[in-house]
Amino acid sequence: MTNTAVPAVHLAGLHKSFGKVHAVRGLDLTVQQGEVVAFLGPNGAGKTTTIDMILGLSTPDGGDVAVFGRTPRAAIARGQVAAVMQTGGLLRDISVRETVQLTAAMFDSSRPVDEVLARAGILDIADRRVEKCSGGQQQRLRFAMALVSDPGLLILDEPTTGMDVAGRRDFWSAIRADASRGRTVIFATHYLEEADAYADRIVLVRQGTIVADGTAAQVKNLASGRTVRATLPPGDRDLLAGLPPADRIEYDAGRVTVRTADSDAVVRYLLNNTGAHDLEVVSHNLEEAFVTLTADEPGSDASQNAFEGDRA
Amino acid sequence: MSQATAIQDRKPSAGGINSTFLWIEIKRLLRNRRTMIFTVLMPAIFFFIFGLSNKDQLLPNGHSYGQYILISLTVYAAMTAATGAGSQVAVERAQGWSRQLRLTPLLPGAYIAVKAAAALTLSLVAVIAQFVIGALAGVTMDPQIWLTAGLVAWLGSLVFAALGLFVGYLMPSQNVMQILGPALAILAMLGGLFMPIEIMGDTFGQIARFTPAYGIGQLARSPITGEFDAMWILNVLVWLAIFVGGAAMAFRRDTKRV
Repeated sequence: MTNTAVPAVHLAGLHKSFGKVHAVRGLDLTVQQGEVVAFLGPNGAGKTTTIDMILGLSTPDGGDVAVFGRTPRAAIARGQVAAVMQTGGLLRDISVRETVQLTAAMFDSSRPVDEVLARAGILDIADRRVEKCSGGQQQRLRFAMALVSDPGLLILDEPTTGMDVAGRRDFWSAIRADASRGRTVIFATHYLEEADAYADRIVLVRQGTIVADGTAAQVKNLASGRTVRATLPPGDRDLLAGLPPADRIEYDAGRVTVRTADSDAVVRYLLNNTGAHDLEVVSHNLEEAFVTLTADEPGSDASQNAFEGDRA
Repeated sequence: MSQATAIQDRKPSAGGINSTFLWIEIKRLLRNRRTMIFTVLMPAIFFFIFGLSNKDQLLPNGHSYGQYILISLTVYAAMTAATGAGSQVAVERAQGWSRQLRLTPLLPGAYIAVKAAAALTLSLVAVIAQFVIGALAGVTMDPQIWLTAGLVAWLGSLVFAALGLFVGYLMPSQNVMQILGPALAILAMLGGLFMPIEIMGDTFGQIARFTPAYGIGQLARSPITGEFDAMWILNVLVWLAIFVGGAAMAFRRDTKRV
């Protein structure tokens, strides 16, 4: 796929606040057609807020959103975008098949209803009332609804919330099979393994901005560095000020923990200049990269997490 | 899926109004037991309570009181049906369906048109059910009176479909009809659908003339009373404008908020 085509999504300098909470703070992102992108971040990072703006469900306070080069509303009016939301969006009093038929009726052309039910793995419960479906089945129904319009861009907001492990795996293999047909997919998740396993590209968000963007391997490297731990006599604590540049230094109960890109220099300093002993050096995996890159700075607003919790 | 099909223009024709959409909406209304109770059962019970005992009394112009009360209660049945259908948007909002629809090319106007058509279908069911019950109970009228009164009751219910939408967009309730049901009964009483306005007394009689069920009731009974007043049409149009305007305003407010 060439990158000369109009990008599926282009976000520039996006800002959005809710009252005092600055949920999205100058976010820039371009997603080319055909990419499968994971939007990874802890609760309250601004993922859902950003997705709402891409979908035109809310308006940015500042910055631009373009979907296939148009406003979100114009792209949706042309049937180019579909989304699987976390919750809601289903009528309880109709059947699974009727829900997809009804959704298909909103578009001028659509895939055959039974075909998308089969692809979402819910053809066998097509006549079941939505209110009688489990959370996982409802999530697959949302996926079927998104597939029926055959959109160029598919957005999934925490699509596997509430699914068991097997259900999650089936769901992702359906998504993956679909993405291999060339569809652009953006999904938000706070499951690292989902981002690692199913995305071509991971965009790590923290406190409303992007802190890392690349393949899973690149993101791991970004935060690569290592963690150095050592026992340090309390009297030597002042000597930590002389450490080479480090991402983070913690001292607790006689142990010092240093996250750094240059572990050799840190180890050398600790051994040469302090009474440090019992040294350990550990390298990061994606999870630690995630923790390193998305950790809130000390004293940052905890209200943001509480806020996202309220929205969910 | 090729890239060309992915980003081609695929706006639905007629903004999304189509028979599948309308048919599923109608099925949902007919399946809803609560709606059917308000639409068919309650007006029928009222007819048996208020109408049956004195259906053969005569009005001064020679028409029977049974005709008078049957047409009045048919207007009541149609308005309840239409309000109930319209107010279902409250349930859809509560379930997040309205938000989901905003992710489709469906135009708001098309959605409202389908809702109005579904409401009119339900109020047509209400009118026919009420007339069948009345006919079985022995009420007789000239064919053109059945037709005219039925048409007025049916089309007049559009005013109340708009009321239902208005209230449905204002209230986040799953049980919006529990509030609207009693409110409609009061409007029906004030509009002279349960008893003639003449016996209400002067003050209430004056107030009644400005309530939303009054104009439709007077117009629907016009073929048997032989009376006509342009003020009745004005009453219907003003209330239609108020409820449509209110619904449009509440709808816009609703789509702004997420």
